[in-house]
Amino acid sequence: MENSILKVEHLNAFFGEARILSDINLEIPVNQIIALMGPSGCGKTTFLRCINRLHELTPGARTEGNIYLFKDDIYRMNLIVLRRKIGMVFQRPNPFPTMSIFENVISGYTLNGISLSKLQKEEIVEDSLRKASLWTEVKDNLHKKGTFLSGGQQQRLCIARSLSMKPDIILFDEPTSSLDPISSNKIEELLLNLKKDYTIIIVTHNLQQAARTSDYTAFFYLGELIEFNKTQLLFSNPAKRQTEDYISGRFG
Amino acid sequence: MDKLIKIRFYKDRLFKGGIILLTVLSTVPLLLILFYIIKQGISSINWDFFINLPKPVGEKGGGIVNALIGSGIIVSCASLMAIPFGALVGLYLSEYKRDKLAYWVGLSVDVLQGIPSIVLGIIIYLWVVKPTGHFSSLSGSIALAIMMLPPIVKSTEETLKLIPGTIKEASLALGVPYYKTILRVILPMGLSGILSGSLLSISRVAGETAPLLFTAFGNPFINTNILKPMSSLPLLIFNYAGSAYEDWHKLAWGASFVLIMMILFLNIVTKILERRWKIQF
Repeated sequence: MENSILKVEHLNAFFGEARILSDINLEIPVNQIIALMGPSGCGKTTFLRCINRLHELTPGARTEGNIYLFKDDIYRMNLIVLRRKIGMVFQRPNPFPTMSIFENVISGYTLNGISLSKLQKEEIVEDSLRKASLWTEVKDNLHKKGTFLSGGQQQRLCIARSLSMKPDIILFDEPTSSLDPISSNKIEELLLNLKKDYTIIIVTHNLQQAARTSDYTAFFYLGELIEFNKTQLLFSNPAKRQTEDYISGRFG
Repeated sequence: MDKLIKIRFYKDRLFKGGIILLTVLSTVPLLLILFYIIKQGISSINWDFFINLPKPVGEKGGGIVNALIGSGIIVSCASLMAIPFGALVGLYLSEYKRDKLAYWVGLSVDVLQGIPSIVLGIIIYLWVVKPTGHFSSLSGSIALAIMMLPPIVKSTEETLKLIPGTIKEASLALGVPYYKTILRVILPMGLSGILSGSLLSISRVAGETAPLLFTAFGNPFINTNILKPMSSLPLLIFNYAGSAYEDWHKLAWGASFVLIMMILFLNIVTKILERRWKIQF
């Protein structure tokens, strides 16, 4: 693949003795939406959390193998730099409850001690909220607490918070699983808008969501990467038996 | 059939009535105490009571200014020692709950809570008063600080444990270093809990006499030097209520009234702060 942004080589992930991921090899193309799907416990979320090294936070968790962001080995990069380049949006909206909407969006800068002028801050906040299609809904209430927003709005606030750091890649861990269908749709539309500037990796349980939004799909099963291909090809003509069984609803 | 249902209905009523009755009964002692102390103490309260020293036996009037200042200083020093310390221990216990050390620290804090205050007083006497050679308010503050630790540690730990892990992860995923995540995201979220635990522990030790008997000792004059003996409200009450003079009894009642009002006030402030600073996740 010519324009790959992330290259995963022989990645293994463990919780204590239990092997969660075994020998994952994958190249992720730039400015595309990549869906990771598979039944519960297949390791897709662990894989996602390996990419920004959140996996290692859990006591007893470790990894083997390499992941390269462009040419840099992420296990040799400064952790703080890595996480600024790879943003993440979580399953449940998690805005900082002590902060206003404005402070939430700019929190990546303030918490990291990066000083900005008032004007710069306002620009970043407006720009990020616009990109997260939340600006028109909250522009008059920027100084209210983020937790007063609806679930879908909170999730878009969290997306804006990631966008503000201008990452290369944004990881989404089932971002719509706690939202109603209308809010989910908005997030999906948003993903399609975002892909011209960012590479998006999204974990989803929802096959339709994967089919609708993603350009590439990776199918995980029991900690192994069974198949990775263009979404259209993977859904219309799966190469592996397990993939076919899964997308036709025979298990999972 | 109808009759059976009726009996059940009455049983329900009886049960509910019983619970309410017992609940009301449990507040009766408090109300009686408050009523009695107000009745006995209110007559001593006037402006002079707050700005004068106690008078010698035989003279009417006199105040408790030495004890008020002393209590303020002793409890403030104790808080300065116990609150930061206790909050950090609580933080450790909630952040590293799986560690063996955390288990043992948690256990020791529980045991510490059970140590009688008089024992703490004697121990601080042996460890601080004896080596330095004299009673001091500082030694009293140390004894009180040790008493304050367990509730502060516990309330901090419990508050911080309730914060969802994904909030911490959200901060780490933004590239915020761990220590800044703790200081600027996690601790501010736990502030109301830490503060209410601290205020409650202050109101609890403000009335302690036993740990101060062998440490701060008491002082009939105003003293602001923490290395010298100092009076406090409970010490003054203890000494004057045990005396044989009617005037001193009156002073002790007045001091009790002031002490109880202060504790009541602290408790109410705590409740208000808890409600106002409550954080929704």
